Amino acid sequence: MSDQGSFYQRDRSWHPPAFTPQYKTSILRSPQYPLLSLENTISELTGPVFGHDKLGPLDNDLIRNFAKTGDAIGQRIIVYGRVLDENARPVPGALVEFWQANAGGRYRHKKETYLAPLDPNFGGCGRVITDEEGRYWIRTIKPGAYPWPNGVNDWRPAHIHFSVFGHAFAQRLISQLYFEGDPMIWQCPIVSTIPDKQAIERLIAALDRENTLPMDALAYKFDIVLRGRRSTMFENRMEGN
Amino acid sequence: MVQKLDRLKETPSQTAGPYVHIGATPNWVEITGVWNEDLGLVLVAPETKGERIIVKGRIFDGSGTPLKDALVEIWQADAQGLYNSPQEKRGKADPHFTGWGRQPTDGTTGEYKFETIKPGRVPYKESRLMAPHITFWIVARGINIGLHTRMYFGDEEKANGECPVLARIEHKVRVPTLIASRSEENGMPTYTFDIHLQGEKETVFFDI
Ligand SMILES: [Fe+2]
Repeated sequence: MSDQGSFYQRDRSWHPPAFTPQYKTSILRSPQYPLLSLENTISELTGPVFGHDKLGPLDNDLIRNFAKTGDAIGQRIIVYGRVLDENARPVPGALVEFWQANAGGRYRHKKETYLAPLDPNFGGCGRVITDEEGRYWIRTIKPGAYPWPNGVNDWRPAHIHFSVFGHAFAQRLISQLYFEGDPMIWQCPIVSTIPDKQAIERLIAALDRENTLPMDALAYKFDIVLRGRRSTMFENRMEGN
Repeated sequence: MVQKLDRLKETPSQTAGPYVHIGATPNWVEITGVWNEDLGLVLVAPETKGERIIVKGRIFDGSGTPLKDALVEIWQADAQGLYNSPQEKRGKADPHFTGWGRQPTDGTTGEYKFETIKPGRVPYKESRLMAPHITFWIVARGINIGLHTRMYFGDEEKANGECPVLARIEHKVRVPTLIASRSEENGMPTYTFDIHLQGEKETVFFDI
């Protein structure tokens, strides 16, 4: 029943606005006209799905999926959690993609120029599809902080980028995961594009000692929430107007 | 205290950053041997029904410079107007057409390019039809939340004139920002859809 209606409109005051001058690149890349607000049509209520057959056994293990001579170097961690919708229901079959810098804060990318060295055993990408209860987990190393050209001395806090496909194109989302206790979070011009402190806290993964892999990896819990849908009983009534 | 609604807030967006390709198209940035192939590069197979077309263009910032680090995703119906999605309840879409594509903009020219098919029309509400269109989602460094827009087809004037979504655009002068012009390139029908993030020609983006 509740998998049929249109999605709740995005709360644009909760997300970062397009124009955020402290993050300089946004200045010339932010639309200035108002967005055209529309009820979802079938073009947004549908979306691609990805079968588990698309994935290989090491896709969610960034420590091993690019390894040449041994495991990637760095603090070994598990990141786990659930993908839910705004109605607090699990989203099964969601493809979640991750990318990140290595333990020294260096990305494996042809346009990356930071002096920290590449790790020959670390590629920096991973992906996973949520199970029936919306659960996922990956194993990786904790990425390093890195400097970036914005101000002359701006640094990104340690973070993992992620991209999520739910069941509909309207749910498409890209964001970044930060780590509990990192003071750099509160000094970052990209983090601070999000106006609400509570919203920022939703991007901070919690250290979870109970789910540590003994003698292997620390665990961080990170739930992701995608847009939720109206109930069709209301939707049907709306159509009468 | 009143009863609680027990609703969650959506995870807030953050920019995809300059290295989105590592996660989305790793083979394209020479991270090989992890995925066999990058997802979304190929939409069309020999068995796919419909007219083969090229969709290409560039994304310009407020200074008129094309973005060389963006990622473009498209989502569209098949030639019959059906989406290849479990949420599609009107019929079974062409099994040889996923309808979803993903391409980076070129690191030198800023051009993106998809080989796809021309989609059929799909319904709006009360069985009125929308004009054929392709949904676009654009992310890049400096874009704090992914931008939704649509490409319509320049040779579908009648359908475009009837489209209830295009009709919702108050400033008619902005409608052409969503309409791609058709030409012939190397024997293929080619639609050029340039996207302008700012300025006089700013593309209409949707909150949808
Ligand atoms: Fe980053």
